[in-house]
Amino acid sequence: MNTPPNLILLFVILFNFFILGTSRLNTCIRSVALQGALLSLLPLFLHTLTFHTYLLAVGAFVLKGLLMPWLLFRAIRQVKIRREVEPRIGYIPTLLLGALTTAGAFIFGDRLPLLPEHLHSLFIPAALSTLAAGFLMLITRRKAIAQVLGYLMFENGIFIFGTLLAETMPFLVEMGVLLDMLVAIFVMGIVMHHINREFSTLNTEQLSLLRE
Amino acid sequence: MIIRLLLHFLLLAGLSPLLIGVITRTKAIIAGRQGAPLWQPYRDLRRLFGKDMVLSSTTTWVFRAGPVVGIAVPLIAALLIPFGAVGAPLSFSGDLVLFVYLFGLARFFTVLAALDTGSSFEGMGAAREATFSCLAEPTLFVAFIVLARISGSFTLDTMFKTLLANNLQTVYGVSLVLTAICLFIILLAENSRIPFDDPNTHLELTMIHEVMVLDHSGPDFGLILYGAAMKLMVMGTLVVNFIMPPSTGDLFVDAAFYTAALLALAVGIGLVESGMARLRLLKVPQLLIGTSLLSFFALVLLLR
Repeated sequence: MNTPPNLILLFVILFNFFILGTSRLNTCIRSVALQGALLSLLPLFLHTLTFHTYLLAVGAFVLKGLLMPWLLFRAIRQVKIRREVEPRIGYIPTLLLGALTTAGAFIFGDRLPLLPEHLHSLFIPAALSTLAAGFLMLITRRKAIAQVLGYLMFENGIFIFGTLLAETMPFLVEMGVLLDMLVAIFVMGIVMHHINREFSTLNTEQLSLLRE
Repeated sequence: MIIRLLLHFLLLAGLSPLLIGVITRTKAIIAGRQGAPLWQPYRDLRRLFGKDMVLSSTTTWVFRAGPVVGIAVPLIAALLIPFGAVGAPLSFSGDLVLFVYLFGLARFFTVLAALDTGSSFEGMGAAREATFSCLAEPTLFVAFIVLARISGSFTLDTMFKTLLANNLQTVYGVSLVLTAICLFIILLAENSRIPFDDPNTHLELTMIHEVMVLDHSGPDFGLILYGAAMKLMVMGTLVVNFIMPPSTGDLFVDAAFYTAALLALAVGIGLVESGMARLRLLKVPQLLIGTSLLSFFALVLLLR
């Protein structure tokens, strides 16, 4: 339980709770970035240190830990939002849902037919609960930028799954996922800019008011 | 047996005001002031006990009972927990339930005493205290369940004494660390320390605990302060017990270790209070529920 990968995964789960519970956008972005940066260390502990794993770790670190937060901070500077994330349902219900899905992830993770070495590890529960937390962010937040953060958490969850397979998974696939994310952030940045220019707010509920 | 009982009482009665003094002094030093001397809380208590008491004519015996229960409860609760390696003088299976509800009893009487004055201001404080302690209680229980599960015992003495320092390296380590963090946050919440309540303010609408005791004066107020100090020490003991070394065999060396750890905890509380601002009142339930989720997560980790 006290091995470095498990500790990293524990921190990732704790970050999930923290992100779901916090109301400040800046803190949210920083936490998601930190979560991604922590995860990028995971391949180093898990696999034999080949060029492949180094590249994976460094690539993930630069993208998740540096580039994406920089893009997001730039985006909120441009559209001038400093306000809170404005959840659709309150922080406490979101947190409770997050706890439920985490507990569910632990129960479900133990029932999956896994390889013996992955059984009872924290990987599957951590991946599932991060996915669920990302989903919750997507569903419960009104602001487009918080929903982007939800996507990022989602990707973090997929990354945990991916590290389990890093030996067999072609390098191109991993990098493809990361690049997809980067492009998605770019696109979301542009979309946010447009929403902001049209409605002078980032509230996605305004989008449903569009008429012919 | 008698020696242990006496040692428990002496430590509790003698040391608890010093903790308040250490916290205040730490905060003063961090803020660049010299601060009150460490024994200022003892002087305050002596001054208060030498005073006369003013009782409002609208109050009944409930108003007097509040402070008395408030000081009796930490005295009894302290008997149930070990002070470091110094074993608990009184313990039986299931005493963790008694421990939690003893504090519930004290809270009940404090709230009643506040309501008894008929002041709307104190009623507001009573409502807040009741709400926040409701949210803090599950954490305490879940934390105790974690410890009971690890130690396989429902006795607080065994739960806290046998294992904690040794088990940090084992599979239980993570759950233990999370539980310790939860208990520290509960310590701050239950003793109305800074992220939850500011013990220094007396004229703000956001205060929780202090508002309930505004009508108490003289010896009654002294009892309340003394009881609050003892409560801080008892709750602090729960946290300190996580890092205590195993018994050296000599009762007094153990007690010295415990005292040192407790003073270090007081400095820690002072540092936390210097580094943080008080939370907005609306955020307090959020943090408390987050804490109970954290303790719940520790339990999930343990059960799988």
